[in-house]
Amino acid sequence: MQLLVPTKHLWKVKKKIDMNQWKNFSKGLLKENAVFVLILGMCPTLGVTTSATNGLGMGLATTFVLIMSNLVVSLVKNLIPDKVRIPAFIVIIAAFVTVVELVMKGYVPALFDALGLFIPLIVVNCVVLGRAEAFASKNTVWSSIVDGAGMGIGFTMALTILGAVRELLGSGAFFGMKLISGDGLLLFILPPGAFLALGYLIVLANMIKEKTS
Amino acid sequence: MQYILIIIAAVFVSNIVLNQFLGICPFIGVSSKVETAIGMTGAVTFVMVIATLVTYLIYYSVLVPLDIVYMRTITFILVIASLVQLVEIILKKISPPLYQALGIFLPLITTNCAVLGVAVLAVQKDFSLLESVFYATGNALGFGLALITFSGIREQLDLLNVPKRLKGVPIAFIVAGLMALAFMGFAGMV
Repeated sequence: MQLLVPTKHLWKVKKKIDMNQWKNFSKGLLKENAVFVLILGMCPTLGVTTSATNGLGMGLATTFVLIMSNLVVSLVKNLIPDKVRIPAFIVIIAAFVTVVELVMKGYVPALFDALGLFIPLIVVNCVVLGRAEAFASKNTVWSSIVDGAGMGIGFTMALTILGAVRELLGSGAFFGMKLISGDGLLLFILPPGAFLALGYLIVLANMIKEKTS
Repeated sequence: MQYILIIIAAVFVSNIVLNQFLGICPFIGVSSKVETAIGMTGAVTFVMVIATLVTYLIYYSVLVPLDIVYMRTITFILVIASLVQLVEIILKKISPPLYQALGIFLPLITTNCAVLGVAVLAVQKDFSLLESVFYATGNALGFGLALITFSGIREQLDLLNVPKRLKGVPIAFIVAGLMALAFMGFAGMV
């Protein structure tokens, strides 16, 4: 009988932790979405989203780097002297970016060519360094992984949505499938369309955020 | 002639910000005043040219002979990060007024993807050393042109009656889109 009390208690604590982790995960999806709310990581967001597939690929590559760099940074956070913190983080991030670069080149060369310069540029994506500095260097390993996953998936969602909108308006297709015949508004595939589409999507995201909160 | 063409192409035809989407963070972040935009342009020009020069030399004299080209990303970002620190220290010593003007922008440049982007592009395009220096200068000028024009427009925008939901960042993106449209008029020039 005596054992029941602590077990019950433990269960409650576990549930509370899970709730916190869920909050930690879900904040990246809309409330603190890197692209639509924090306006971070704009270069790949605008540069690669000519189609939904490219947006998804770039998002997943960034998510991998985010999770892995958050994991490693939170593991070594007590070993790194405060003064060389940022360069050390950058080296950790750059190592994982190189991994992504080599894997993509080997297994998905078409996507590698489409994303081009923006793959090495994941190193200077403010989202990745921002999470390492603001979150992983102060929190436990598990919550850093959850934070990285949430932020990464939010980023991936944003890039896929922007890519899908541009692809649909620009060429009448969705993930490469032709839905509307004809040429579409070529403007949305070209650089100006990226800025215009993102501007209006931020307005839309703000409206949704206001409604839900 | 070939050097002039490289500069014209970098400034107008494939503008680094409006056409290649590099350096968007400072483009949106420090463009609310013309004065800060000029400061940022100065700092970026300075670092971009030196960084491209140094990374070019390291790439061809260390990475290629040792056959470790896959270390490019790590090496370049380390070089840029330490270069920014070095420039900061040297400027502080040699020219305090310049340091005062550029100082606060320098740390921001490490994560400015335009600097790393141009360094990588210069190597990818198989430029000669002199060509890559002109390429970096042209891109820095292009960055400055876009940033300073944009900040001028944004200063005027503050005085206008913008719809509530479009205020701030969304209208900035839409203006940038229109600027990009204007710059497309240069396409095919070189």
